[in-house]
Amino acid sequence: MAKIEEGLYYSETHEWVKPEGGEALVGITDYAQHALGNIVYVDMPEEGDEMTKDEEFGAVESVKAASDLVAPVSGEVVGCNAALEDGPGLLNSDPYGNWIVRVKLSDASELDTLMDAAAYAEFCEKL
Amino acid sequence: MEETLKTTCLHDSHVALGAQMSPFGGFDMPIQYSGIIDEHNAVRHRCGMFDVSHMGEILITGPGSEEFVGHIFTNDVRGIPAGKILYGMMLYPDGGVVDDLLVYRLADDRWLLVVNASNIGKDFEWIQKQSDGYDVKVENLSDFYGEIALQGPFAEKTALDVLGLDLQDLVFYTFRELPYHAHVEPENAAGNGSAASLEGESIIVSRTGYTGEDGFEFYASFAVIRDIWERLLAAGVTPCGLGCRDTLRFEVGLPLYGHELSAEISPIEAGLGMFVKMDKPEFIGKDAIERQKACGVTRKVVGIELKDKAIPRAGYPVEADGQQIGEVTTGYNSISTGKSVCMALIKKEFSAPGTEVCVRIRKKVFPGTVCKKKFYEKNYKK
Repeated sequence: MAKIEEGLYYSETHEWVKPEGGEALVGITDYAQHALGNIVYVDMPEEGDEMTKDEEFGAVESVKAASDLVAPVSGEVVGCNAALEDGPGLLNSDPYGNWIVRVKLSDASELDTLMDAAAYAEFCEKL
Repeated sequence: MEETLKTTCLHDSHVALGAQMSPFGGFDMPIQYSGIIDEHNAVRHRCGMFDVSHMGEILITGPGSEEFVGHIFTNDVRGIPAGKILYGMMLYPDGGVVDDLLVYRLADDRWLLVVNASNIGKDFEWIQKQSDGYDVKVENLSDFYGEIALQGPFAEKTALDVLGLDLQDLVFYTFRELPYHAHVEPENAAGNGSAASLEGESIIVSRTGYTGEDGFEFYASFAVIRDIWERLLAAGVTPCGLGCRDTLRFEVGLPLYGHELSAEISPIEAGLGMFVKMDKPEFIGKDAIERQKACGVTRKVVGIELKDKAIPRAGYPVEADGQQIGEVTTGYNSISTGKSVCMALIKKEFSAPGTEVCVRIRKKVFPGTVCKKKFYEKNYKK
């Protein structure tokens, strides 16, 4: 059973969002890292890039395949987690402790379109 | 309409082991158990076992069999002794590849062709069609044989310790057909009481594989294959899925049909000309290969090493001077070396080692250098 952390927002494409003031951290869920297997590369956007909700903003690559990262919220990328450049496996060992990008939210109401922990648990249950 | 997936004789074990399963070549196959990296390293440094029962086996028998196998196969089987194995291809008349395969000479007039799972139906039909006018019988035994590959530097010792098979004198690319019961030590048997019922069964053991490591492939009935699998599992041999089978074969530059070889990619383009014997009087596709050799080919399968860690995947465009010059056929971040590397089919004028090329990965272009399509040294016992 995949771990789901309380207090985060979740997308159907298995990204999590943790709001912090007008910004938010975005990562991938335990379900996602487990489904992907050994993660060996994270293709991150650059600081200053705009990401648009429901559009691809990078990729997480396992040994076998590349999997798009889909933006759960819109906004300007204000930080990328440099630790993932040399340690992409951190997303396997601690998916909620390792964010991928920090975003300056352009529309905080987008958070309302995401699932809470309970709804995401139910969503994963059905997969 | 979705075709029903076939299962191998070891399917229950894969599910019980919690393997991640996925369709491959028409079969529901294990992609990984503990993880591709773990399994890959087990084979490189110790040993691992693969269920490769999805592979096809086609038996050709009859007085015309040597001539017929020579007719459909690019390598030269004339006069090879029973017990010898050759790698090669079956070609279409235009030089495209029907399949790449191993040919086992079982006896003067008996040959076992081991073919790719995804091509079994097509190959069998092709072979039957070509056999008109030859005094041979062609049988598809794919639903009789199961197959396990035991691969890695400890494979020889494991076969001896666990299966009682002394294979130290078995030469690379040769095989033995052995009675299975002769090698079941009562104290080593899996304890499932099946040993007695396997009395009289035989097994083909070859020193072959698809990993670049020393190792063996076992062909036998489903019951014997299950028994071997359980004994190896009980002895702690790492079960390995098709995920690491691909990363292992890729690192040592072995081709996979549908990627580095296909109906559209000839063995000359793939750099496998050494398995096409032009001094044979004839074989299907010989004229086309002769033309390719005389006029040269326009494309080559090469290796490319990227400077960045971004991973080139099959189908990604390869570019030079802003123009597309080909595409990636297989690519990984190599588990054994940590480098991002790929095999790619590109225009020949860019194929010299050292040539600077780029691979387009999603929106960005990553620079790399053409290199040998072997990213890790083979460790065969020859």
